[in-house]
Amino acid sequence: MAEKNVTLFINGVRTTVSASSTVMQAADAVGISIPRLCYHPSLSVIGACRVCIVEVEAQRNPVVSCAFPVQEGMKVNTSSPLLRRLRRDIVELILDNHPQDCQTCERNGTCELQKLAFDMGVKTRMFAGERKRFPVDTSSPVHRNPEKCILCGRCVRVCDEVQGVHNLSVQHRGFHNVVAPAHDGKMIDSICIHCGQCVNVCPTAAFTEQDATESVFEALSNPDLHVVVHTAPAIRATIGEGFGFRPGTPVTGKLVTALRMAGFHKVFDTNFGADLTIVEESTEFLSRVQKKERLPLITSCSPGWVNFMERFYPELIPLTSTCKSPMSMLSTLLKTYYAQQIGVDPEKIFVVAVMPCTAKKFEAKRPEHMAPWGKPYTDAVLTTRELVWMLKCLGVDFHNLEDGAFDSPLGVSSGAADIFGATGGVMEAALRTAYEKITGQELETLDFETVRGVEGVKETSIQINGLTINIGVANGLQNAKNLLDRVASGERQYHIIEIMACPGGCVAGGGQPYPPRGMHVLDPELGRLRAKALYSIDGSKSLRKSHENPAIELLYENFLGAPNSHLCHELLHTHYEPKTPRGVK
Amino acid sequence: MKNELLQQEKDKAVAILPEPVVNTIQDCLKKKNPNSHLISVLHAVQDHFGFLAREHMDAVSVLMQIPSAKVTGVASFYHYFNFTPRGKHRVSLCMGTACFVKGSGKVLDKLQDLLGIKVGETSADGQFSIDVARCVGACALAPVMIVDEKVYAGVKPDQVVKILGEYGFEPKKAKK
Repeated sequence: MAEKNVTLFINGVRTTVSASSTVMQAADAVGISIPRLCYHPSLSVIGACRVCIVEVEAQRNPVVSCAFPVQEGMKVNTSSPLLRRLRRDIVELILDNHPQDCQTCERNGTCELQKLAFDMGVKTRMFAGERKRFPVDTSSPVHRNPEKCILCGRCVRVCDEVQGVHNLSVQHRGFHNVVAPAHDGKMIDSICIHCGQCVNVCPTAAFTEQDATESVFEALSNPDLHVVVHTAPAIRATIGEGFGFRPGTPVTGKLVTALRMAGFHKVFDTNFGADLTIVEESTEFLSRVQKKERLPLITSCSPGWVNFMERFYPELIPLTSTCKSPMSMLSTLLKTYYAQQIGVDPEKIFVVAVMPCTAKKFEAKRPEHMAPWGKPYTDAVLTTRELVWMLKCLGVDFHNLEDGAFDSPLGVSSGAADIFGATGGVMEAALRTAYEKITGQELETLDFETVRGVEGVKETSIQINGLTINIGVANGLQNAKNLLDRVASGERQYHIIEIMACPGGCVAGGGQPYPPRGMHVLDPELGRLRAKALYSIDGSKSLRKSHENPAIELLYENFLGAPNSHLCHELLHTHYEPKTPRGVK
Repeated sequence: MKNELLQQEKDKAVAILPEPVVNTIQDCLKKKNPNSHLISVLHAVQDHFGFLAREHMDAVSVLMQIPSAKVTGVASFYHYFNFTPRGKHRVSLCMGTACFVKGSGKVLDKLQDLLGIKVGETSADGQFSIDVARCVGACALAPVMIVDEKVYAGVKPDQVVKILGEYGFEPKKAKK
């Protein structure tokens, strides 16, 4: 069925758009970006902020363009003295109920409200009055500061619509309106899975990540500590954005050099942990396939997914891979194997992990990932954003850095590890290894195109030695729900499922840089560009299979024994428990 | 994939709520848009307990499978719902425009003074609680005060003691 079009006039410019468009979309099409605040292109429309008002002929009052449908012959005016005054007043009213601490705010420079106030020409303050006061909730890795909240509701929408968690809602009424978990509870006591997507979509600093930069700076200046860092696969594809590189620019070498300049004694690669994960997980998978038990195997790299699984799908605990995530595997090895190798007391090693993720901060502090001496294997988790800030604070001229190389042996990795940062990447890496382990033959084409791409759910089947392996891949937890419900209903049967909590995978994680102008968080194009950087790194490597990583082979030979050995289980595997409060699926 | 944990949780919720409310919820779940009946379910819960406790709302969330944050979001939006136990006798004063113009503000002052509590609170002996209504739709009777189910019309401040007396109020006893 052909879609119906309508023709309308925006500031006198004739334009033809689909009949299902809104006035805002029609204006965007003719190059007029109507000011907006609560609107987010990947979320539902609620028309809460009223900033995007326009005049429509024959309408008595201005209308909100994000929610107003186009009509044939409509005449729209997006700028008039009245509209400019009204928009300025709306923003001014929001500001007057907002802490006026821009200079010391976490979002200084990236705040959408700050930018909007400037764009709308707010120069004076007209509306003095009472300001709402709420305590800041710093109980979890995702900090919630309702005083900075402007009630745009993006966090509520992303939590509901994209993640299916439904942890946030607007509570109370009128002046007492506040976005909070049930019963105005603390984030740590709620069903929050710490994915950080609320941080990503928040226009202000009402949601931010827990700060780890101070503890890292302190460790770096402590002469008694051996401070090592490892960086997740996705960081090399995104950190450049923090320094003005175009999204999708891989900057692995500069990242390594920058970390050395920051003072880290050794710079390792979480990729090594990713390769190790693949070897462990594929061994686990093959053993389950042979025994025909506990299938499908579900991946466990994404801490947001693990949190979600424990609260929403505890019945899937037996199916979830017992492998620790690459971060936790590598951190554990750094305080066991590596400590032995260099002859340093593991309690004197300070492990910093740079992650695209806020849930990793939670994972690092889980009791399951504590060393026997009561300290976590991962001492501090920095998000990509935090590392960008630290490097700026240190005055590192990122653009002009020479390329550096990761330290050996825990910095050696295959291309299969690089693609862990994109949805489908863990699956592809696992297939490369599983295929060769089952058949004993070399894989001809390493690229599994069917599991690539930013679609929410991907399904495919591959033949290995006459055995059909059904594969499911989901990113974004609402998509994961849809996929898992199909499994529960018996509609689909998979052998292996990869789930990443964030839409697009780690490249769009809750700790990634706020995107540059013209792009937005949750933009599939942004995810595609960032993933492309990872696939290009993979494609340029000659080592592209985890099990062929010589450093991994050496590690098994010298330390771990065989994959899934007793020592492996002790150090590299974990367990899960149902958590309360439970979420509603 | 079995889901015993969810069933356990539902059993617990059933034990918390009175049977008629559980039945109401089961009926709602059979209807077309079960979630749209949340408010009427919350009414039923409050009618039974006199208020909505955390565990009551969580039980509703589990049985209706509506996220807990949405249940508390709805409940906290409406003035009708309250979250602390109410007095044996609920005194409700209309503060709608007509009643206010006719002096319900002064009646409220007197009420608060006599009972030693503020709007939304319950007296220490658990006998009385005060609420204000936005408009009860009986403007011709302004100012209107409702105690339990009984409506008092044209209430003057000096009549409050007598009205409360009908419910066992003794001026000295209630003072702290």
